[in-house]
Amino acid sequence: MTALAQMYQAAILEHARRTRHRGILDPADARQEGVNPSCGDELLLTLRLADDTVTEVRYEGKGCAISQASASLMAEAIEGLGRDEVEALIGHVKAMIHGEGLHADLGELAVLEGVRRLPARVKCAALAWTTLEAALKTHPAGDASGAEASGAEPGGAEAGGAEPGGG
Amino acid sequence: MTDHDVARLRRDFPILERRVNDRPLVYLDSAASAQAPRQVLEAVDRYRRRHHANVHRGAHTLSAEATEMYEGARARVARFLRAGDPRGVVFTRNATEAINLVAHAYGRHRLREGDEIVVTVAEHHANLVPWHLLAAERGAIVRGVPLGSDSRVDHDALVAAIGERTKIVATYHVSNVLGNLQPLRAVADAAHAVGALFVVDGAQAAPHVPIDVAALGADAYAFSGHKVGGPTGIGALWMRPEVLETLPPFLGGGEMIRRVEVDRSSYADIPMRFEAGTPAIGEAIGLAAALDYLDDVGVEAIWDHDRALARHALARLAELDGVTTYGPEGPDRGGIVPFNVDGVHPHDVASFLDAEGIAVRAGHHCAQPLMHALGVDATARASFWLYTTEAEIDAFVDAVARSRAFFAPLRTAL
Repeated sequence: MTALAQMYQAAILEHARRTRHRGILDPADARQEGVNPSCGDELLLTLRLADDTVTEVRYEGKGCAISQASASLMAEAIEGLGRDEVEALIGHVKAMIHGEGLHADLGELAVLEGVRRLPARVKCAALAWTTLEAALKTHPAGDASGAEASGAEPGGAEAGGAEPGGG
Repeated sequence: MTDHDVARLRRDFPILERRVNDRPLVYLDSAASAQAPRQVLEAVDRYRRRHHANVHRGAHTLSAEATEMYEGARARVARFLRAGDPRGVVFTRNATEAINLVAHAYGRHRLREGDEIVVTVAEHHANLVPWHLLAAERGAIVRGVPLGSDSRVDHDALVAAIGERTKIVATYHVSNVLGNLQPLRAVADAAHAVGALFVVDGAQAAPHVPIDVAALGADAYAFSGHKVGGPTGIGALWMRPEVLETLPPFLGGGEMIRRVEVDRSSYADIPMRFEAGTPAIGEAIGLAAALDYLDDVGVEAIWDHDRALARHALARLAELDGVTTYGPEGPDRGGIVPFNVDGVHPHDVASFLDAEGIAVRAGHHCAQPLMHALGVDATARASFWLYTTEAEIDAFVDAVARSRAFFAPLRTAL
């Protein structure tokens, strides 16, 4: 299979336009913006957590099929997972898209593996996950205070700034 | 240029023999960075192998040779811009640094609170952000002139925006997105009528159109070496010597001084005053070789070639369903063609084209205000130069058509 066909397989194209987890949770326990300044991909991720378990995920975003599919796949994968499991999964996804191996726990997320053959697009696949990582940092483990980030409060610094602006 | 001429010129560009993803490279990203002819590669190589030493230092033979070649490159840039006096040419890293130099050396000392800097919505970020930084420091205001109804900057609005408070007018010569050559003489006259400095971003014009800074009425003109087939890391600012010699230094260090005590220093005459530290000597020599090459081919002929290719590309893309192009049509339209495929993000289109060996850029092209004005987040962009053939454009258009089919699932409802 060519790199292109492997990347843009049917599951990716379907997830790119999937709407199941689109939207904004308000109030949310974590609310995080992510951007890829070099290409203009944007993501607003909102999470609800209970007892360190991700109970609900919604995002709004615009960008390429890879960044949007990655966000949809992520939302589907992490709902119901404990915080530790989510953090482990972030590590597995990062390893996969950088070509460092395919962990058994990835499940359907393995469809993102093809991006490792398109180096220019790795950051597109990574955006949802770096944003998720930043979102979890705004909501420390074991935080049962019930303090919720309202829509009016920016959820910390923007994620995804690792790539320079590209002009 | 005939097909035969282009075929002959292509033999000067070794990189065009490359294959990418098992296809012949179709390089349609010259507006981001042009490829260099062997004449440039050889000039840089020759300098490094035979003549390299630091410039303006020491009495030995190599240093004298390097200095002569470096100053020869400065004179070559002056001739390319029909600028006359080479003292007006300052070597910089690129057009971006050239514009920053003007913002610092001129802007920080001349602007007061409430003064205005007039730009357009179609500027590259390199001709916006330096002014934003300056305005924030000086309490000045940046005024952006919008597009008119014809996909060009509203020329009358640009001239009318220049008023008593205007201290700097900064705009492009050829747009890196719209692809058009902007008429500048009336803008220059309006700027000069109120005593404002007229700064021209020539990054996209230098590879494509003949430049005459005096005829344009420019006070400052900036361009980059790597967009004219020269090396990266070298660019030039030309500034009217009468203005340049009134300005204080931008960066301090070696080479830009007259005399240094431990607690104070005085500064060299122009242009050395603005070239602190060892410059990019080999790159400047490469830039001069690129300008020789450009003038040998003939910039007028390149502009005609670019425009013919743009007409062809726009006409062919217009035949495709679901493909939108941006920018004006007309004799002012050069070889830059932004486009989108309906329902498909430009990065996905660019990856599809890359798989066929076709290099285009995708994104906001460092022109986010213009993207907003065009009502898009991003576009793909094909850009042409003297080595681009009509056959390459046909291959590109056919691939765009196939990309639309490939991504058809993105357009179907779930």
